[in-house]
Amino acid sequence: MRSDPADFELIAPGTLQAVVSRLADEPGQWLPIAGGTDVMVQYAAGKLSARKLISIWNLTELQGIEVLPGEIRIGAGCTYTELREHDVIAREFPLLTSAARWTGGIANQNRGTLGGNIVNASPAADSLPALLAYEAELLVVSVRGERRIPYLGFHTGYKKMDLAPDELIRAISLGRTFSGYLHHARKVGAREAQAISKVCIAALGSLRDSVIEDVRIALGSVAPVPLRLTAVEQMLKGKTVEPELLRLARKTAAAAIQPIDDIRSTAKYRAAVAGNLVAEFLEHLRDSGNTA
Amino acid sequence: MTNTSENRGKCEFALTVNGKAETVRVYPMERLLDVLRQELGLTGTKEGCGEGECGSCSVLMNGKLINSCLVPVLQATGTNLTTIEGLAEGPQLSALQAAFLECGGAQCGICTPGMILASCHLLDKKPKPTLDDIREGLSGNLCRCTGYMQIFDAVMEAARRSPA
Repeated sequence: MRSDPADFELIAPGTLQAVVSRLADEPGQWLPIAGGTDVMVQYAAGKLSARKLISIWNLTELQGIEVLPGEIRIGAGCTYTELREHDVIAREFPLLTSAARWTGGIANQNRGTLGGNIVNASPAADSLPALLAYEAELLVVSVRGERRIPYLGFHTGYKKMDLAPDELIRAISLGRTFSGYLHHARKVGAREAQAISKVCIAALGSLRDSVIEDVRIALGSVAPVPLRLTAVEQMLKGKTVEPELLRLARKTAAAAIQPIDDIRSTAKYRAAVAGNLVAEFLEHLRDSGNTA
Repeated sequence: MTNTSENRGKCEFALTVNGKAETVRVYPMERLLDVLRQELGLTGTKEGCGEGECGSCSVLMNGKLINSCLVPVLQATGTNLTTIEGLAEGPQLSALQAAFLECGGAQCGICTPGMILASCHLLDKKPKPTLDDIREGLSGNLCRCTGYMQIFDAVMEAARRSPA
């Protein structure tokens, strides 16, 4: 049953200060709406429980990508189109460029925002494994001030997160420390375009003399939250990519994930594909050492 | 004490649609799609899925392609909107419209306005697109009649005819 617009309030205070003040005055009462690519879908389906919405679309304080010497700060209100078109992101954080390109069509890329994708908290979101791999930090703001927290651990359960009712994500920070790494992303869906992932991977790795020096692996759609495979990473460090290691990596990955059956896939298929994606990344990493 | 009732009920919103200043009095959560069709009588913009998957309701907002079913009208306040009705000049079709007609790029017509606006947005960014550019530029617009090939042909043809 479609929602009746008469039942909803929507305000646009126009500044970040005014928005966080309103969130603080009536905690939990106001649902922030940026580009609406998730919120308006819920609204159309009559499934939006919030009745009061506060627009953060086009808030100046959430715009822009700031390039600093040691990090880049992506405004939470940056759209996928802005991410896709940014040179420094394409050069230094290509996993995020790929994820932005995979997310929706052009119209949704023009409206969907990175901050929105984080708080929508879908385990299938393509950009979130990239943020895990790059060890993103979140700048979270409220009238009480700003705090800076690692993105790893932000999602505490399915659609649950470390964000108080009066807080907003202001920006996402990525350290500029991945120049010597292989950046690898792959999405497995029903088809190439416009399909939500069955499983997706974002991974980084570096070799020294054919030995894995550092590695970060994150998967989407295999658990209630986007998942960093820290146990697999620990097991891989200091090793050479050989068939036995691939077998062990698959096994360790299978133990780390909690895939489910749903409309897009089955737990069994996801587990098999997750193992394949990890193994494929490691093969690419090995081959990158051969050509270097 | 904050006043939480300021936006309860209908409000006036000013928009520029196809170059014309308009004011509508609606609820702020009214979908832009419904405002265009019902308040302004611009029924060229179609509703397909109503959830941002099909692109039938695509329009340009400040030159950017958006799905009007996913935009509450409040967020369109003060913007410049282009709908399918804004492309022709009198009886003179735009190059894209003419190419869609000639190449058989329209059959039932429900997806066509969105397809043409997505094509406008693409050609604005890439005046000489490759076939891959066209496929990507239109990937958020679904057609259940043409099989897409005539639509791709139409965009290619419009790009070929445009100067430079």
